[in-house]
Amino acid sequence: MPSVAAAESVRSPPPTPWRLLARAVTGNPLSLLAGAMLVLFLGAALFGPALAPHDPLLTNASRTLAPPSADHWFGTDQLGRDIFSRVLAGTRVDFLIALGSVSLAATLGTTLGMCAGFLGGRTDRLVGRAMDMLMAFPLFVLAMAIVAALGNSVANIVCASALINLPFYVRLARTETGVLRQAGFIEAARLSGARTPRILRRHVLPNLLAPLSVQASLNMGWAMLNAAGLSFIGLGLRPPAPEWGLMVSEGAGYVVSGEWWVPLFPGIALMLSVLTFNLLGDTLPAVVDPRRR
Amino acid sequence: MGPLLELRNVSKVYPTKRGSLHAVDGVDLDIFAGESVGLVGESGCGKSTLARLVARLADPTGGTIHFAGRPIGAIPAAAFAGQPERGRIQKVFQDAGDSLNPRITVAESIAEPLELLRGLSDPRARHHRVAELADLVALPRACLDRYPHQLSGGQRARAGIARALGSEPSLLVLDEPTAALDVSVQAVILRLLADLRARLGVSYLFVSHDLQVVRLLCPRIAVMYLGRIVETGDTATVFAQPQHPYTRALLSAAPGGRHGPRIRLDGEVRSPINPPPRVCRFHGRCPQGRPECTESAPALRPTPPGTLAACHFPSATPPNPPS
Repeated sequence: MPSVAAAESVRSPPPTPWRLLARAVTGNPLSLLAGAMLVLFLGAALFGPALAPHDPLLTNASRTLAPPSADHWFGTDQLGRDIFSRVLAGTRVDFLIALGSVSLAATLGTTLGMCAGFLGGRTDRLVGRAMDMLMAFPLFVLAMAIVAALGNSVANIVCASALINLPFYVRLARTETGVLRQAGFIEAARLSGARTPRILRRHVLPNLLAPLSVQASLNMGWAMLNAAGLSFIGLGLRPPAPEWGLMVSEGAGYVVSGEWWVPLFPGIALMLSVLTFNLLGDTLPAVVDPRRR
Repeated sequence: MGPLLELRNVSKVYPTKRGSLHAVDGVDLDIFAGESVGLVGESGCGKSTLARLVARLADPTGGTIHFAGRPIGAIPAAAFAGQPERGRIQKVFQDAGDSLNPRITVAESIAEPLELLRGLSDPRARHHRVAELADLVALPRACLDRYPHQLSGGQRARAGIARALGSEPSLLVLDEPTAALDVSVQAVILRLLADLRARLGVSYLFVSHDLQVVRLLCPRIAVMYLGRIVETGDTATVFAQPQHPYTRALLSAAPGGRHGPRIRLDGEVRSPINPPPRVCRFHGRCPQGRPECTESAPALRPTPPGTLAACHFPSATPPNPPS
């Protein structure tokens, strides 16, 4: 039957991951922009302190509140510190907090959600009730309470931020797993001799990556705002640490007296990084999901 | 030698809000080594549930299942993955697309039972065996590094069969393996299945609603109605001299019209929820139902042509002339 043989012929060869990434990024100008900004921010986070033209902590009483100039691109603050250097140096700590809390929340939340969704029954009820309890608190207030109780170190801010984001991952993973559990390939995996841990790791988790990557990317933005928010109200990092939220908080009062650059530049950095992660959330599924190739 | 698979009084009852749903109700079935048995019946008669019970993907609520003499019915389905019988009973799914993980390549799907059930831990040996299996089912090797959505329906069906054969099963449960395929591809896949059985000597439990397919592939047939087997025996004999009124109606409804005038079944299928134990399941739809049929449910009994039928009045109408 030649016609059938032709219909069953082979289609184009599978593309490599790098080609996929390249295609996803170049295919959409917004993705390209997000990619470029991410590279910029990551560069600043890694090499920021080394690249900074001035010491971000060095005060200079003779040059307080100087407007942006060739020497101080973003101007100086009330203690004469170079705002450009401080914004650059702040990238690392803000990204560290966001990345730390998101990875922690995503890992723990996905594991819990997968188990709840796949095993059902008591596990599901237990995890569900725990998350309901967590969600019953105003989340930001909960984070404030944790940091206030445990002390405001970077580790505590990461943990508090991770905890308030946990329910979102648990819910997402639980719902998606509940749908996947019915899929034929899960039954086929059992038939192939796979036990539950292997099924979760090899068959469920890869199918959760696309929605999770979107969630994680959006979450990075929230986590940054969260960390900045905690610092803004005085529960995050302490002065004189160069941190965006803290810098906005410290500079907020100067807007009224005309020194707008003090809070503006760290604010813009914060806004751009949140935007970057939101835009990335649209790009990632195209890379992670083979069906969208 | 005893049968390879022996089902005795196997039931699957699902609790529902309105009562207990008897999906499979007291089924006896033997499959011998190398034999191919066709299981036919209309939608909702419980044939897919029975296939899942035999493949040990679901737990029976009653009765016993013996495989090669060993009782396997009481082992929970989740724990059956670790049993030595897991590799010996495999299943080919109705929807091959749904049965392949969209996130892993076809080769990885086929390799999984090789690793877990055959203990093939060396990736190169596994790769070699995957290629062999692909050749066995005539799946182009170039398809192996692809994802399921990049394959055609026929290629996916071949991949599903290759995976099921990887653990070298002695019993293959085929749950309407061609129902999701185009007619032209169906014929090719059915030929492949017939060819594989001849070459490998695997037993088939072939679930289908297509009587012609069963007639071509299975020397023995079991007709199921509302959770029970109503007639079973040699396929040619059942086709030539159907004894149960339901079998007669089923045959008369088959396209081709070679089985006499069409028998129309009036009335509704009885509910599988809390069925009265003493009433014949077919009563109410049966063209020859009598009061006796509501007093005791018929069991499978030998009939003159040598088949088994569960009817108080087998062959009450003259048999159809052989086609």
